[in-house]
Amino acid sequence: MAEITMIDAIRQAMDDELARDENVFIVGEDVGKRGGVFRATVGLFDKYGGERVIDSPLAELSIVGVGIGAALYGMRPICEIQFADFIYPAFNQIVSEAAKMCYRSNGEWTVPMVIRAPYGGGIGGGLYHSQSVEALFAHIPGLKVVIPSNPYDAKGLLKAAVRDPNPVIYLEPKKGYRLIRGEVPEGDYTVPIGPAQVTRQGSDLTVYAYGMMHYYTLQAAEKLAGEGVNVEVVDLRTLYPVDKQTVLESVSKTGKALIVHEDNLTGGYGGEIAAIIAEEAFTYLDAPVRRLCGPDVPAVPFSHPLQDWFMPNPDKIAQAMRDLAAY
Amino acid sequence: MELSNDIQLEMFWMMLLSRRLDERAWVLHRQGKIAFHISGIGQEAAQVGAAFALRRGEDWVTPYYRDLALMLCLGYTPRDFLLALSGKQGEPTSGARQMPSHWSMRKANAVSHSAPVATQCPHAAGIGLAIKMRKEDKVVLTTLGEGSTSQGEWYEAVNWAAIHHLPVIFMVENNEYAISVPVDKQMAVASSADKACGMGLRGISVDGTDVFSVYRTVAEAVADARAGKGPTLVEARMYRLTPHSSDDDDRTYRSREEVEEAKKKDPLTVGRRILEEAGLLNQAKIDEMETRAKELVDDAVKFAEQAPYPDVADAMFPVYAEEVRRG
Repeated sequence: MAEITMIDAIRQAMDDELARDENVFIVGEDVGKRGGVFRATVGLFDKYGGERVIDSPLAELSIVGVGIGAALYGMRPICEIQFADFIYPAFNQIVSEAAKMCYRSNGEWTVPMVIRAPYGGGIGGGLYHSQSVEALFAHIPGLKVVIPSNPYDAKGLLKAAVRDPNPVIYLEPKKGYRLIRGEVPEGDYTVPIGPAQVTRQGSDLTVYAYGMMHYYTLQAAEKLAGEGVNVEVVDLRTLYPVDKQTVLESVSKTGKALIVHEDNLTGGYGGEIAAIIAEEAFTYLDAPVRRLCGPDVPAVPFSHPLQDWFMPNPDKIAQAMRDLAAY
Repeated sequence: MELSNDIQLEMFWMMLLSRRLDERAWVLHRQGKIAFHISGIGQEAAQVGAAFALRRGEDWVTPYYRDLALMLCLGYTPRDFLLALSGKQGEPTSGARQMPSHWSMRKANAVSHSAPVATQCPHAAGIGLAIKMRKEDKVVLTTLGEGSTSQGEWYEAVNWAAIHHLPVIFMVENNEYAISVPVDKQMAVASSADKACGMGLRGISVDGTDVFSVYRTVAEAVADARAGKGPTLVEARMYRLTPHSSDDDDRTYRSREEVEEAKKKDPLTVGRRILEEAGLLNQAKIDEMETRAKELVDDAVKFAEQAPYPDVADAMFPVYAEEVRRG
């Protein structure tokens, strides 16, 4: 099996889906000849043509709004938002339209579409090329929110998202685009939207993470193993709807929970996991639920020392693990 | 594009039926029997003229909340409307989830819409894109108020349709008010059709109180769209003869004299005069239509009064396409 990067896995998934279903098309800024600013769609314009790999005007709300219209007609759009930080002009279309269409029409209309967006910091992107937006969408019934942490899942989840009959927000940890490598089969497979995955077995505490923070968490867990602390790691993968069962099973075994995300602490996704554990696994807890998150400043600062201050990393995660293990 | 005598009379009938239904909704509201009504009185000619220019049931429509007459032309019934006004079980567009006059009719290719204005316009562009991708000869009509032409959603949609020569007709129902805000506080141009010139499509302003003028204008736009000549922006000029909604009091922002003056150009009066001058309509025929309309409206009111409210057990679904129960 070939070892490839996240970005290659994402491209493979789109290539496969374009070939499989003529209703699938890509729309976004610079996705055509340029092949995307991150090169996610490179080669697809030449292979499938400008009618299926469409360079949109520089206007995010209509990337999504036009995608919704096409989806209502029976197409399967993959909408690319160049950076998650630029998704806000499309917020109305995502929240008022795509998410509510099925419910508000009592099932007469559905919106099968994928909205891909690179998210997250650590790449020197400053306030407007580093944001994490998952909590904003994981609050919205009607959406599914997916974040892969490795190339295998990136390909399988994206293919599942394209085939899903609902709007799926597919957030890509861009720091990991070329950093995270893994084995990916060439053929067709999907990873189901919904289930979280225990990616490391352990007994002393559970860390819940996703995306780039999951990658760092595995590194930190390895370090802690050398110190005699056995950390279990859960890759949440699908944030909405959340896989409560996997969340609860793990903490019920270890008795301690740490949630790691780079999004701001307050109102972040970690609060939901903490609430689920508090409500349904309280009697299993040996320690308070902990969160290691981005600080409550508006976004990731540009200057490197400031960025490093903002971002959780393997060292910070390892320290949070030690503290919790010692409780 | 010549209209037979029967069709011309049918167009007048649709306007009359819509008016009588709309008037009854106001009465029911004042009687405390329904909670809310948003009116289309004064806009029937534009809606009926546009509807008859389509291949109804085959072409697509993304309407807005004043389009009662348009929807009646597409097969929406007085009973449907009264179920919506009453929030009763069996309401066909949303299962009584949406407020009244938030249309949807899948079998007529009329798409569900929301309350934030102009959100339906990018959907029309997306449907137009899908039609073009599939090389079909259908068209999309989207309707909106003149206030909606201030929204970015609308500009982005028109821009898309113009760039890609999409088969979309944007019909602005310019009724001179967005709730209380007059048109001169909405735009610096004399007509919303003037906005077309900056975006590279045809813009035509038409007397929206004359059902046949609107028909001819929209029919031409439809023919162009089918022929691959791209979108047209049609402004139909009329006056909103009622308050914005049952919760509004228009005496706070416009004079009674102004409203009375506008009633001289009531589209029903205009249509009646044209048909009488053509020898197609007389008092006896009108009486006949009035009797029929009253019967239909009375029947619908009775039907909705007797209908049960929705079962709260159904309120949880369908949020996702997988939960849709067909049939």
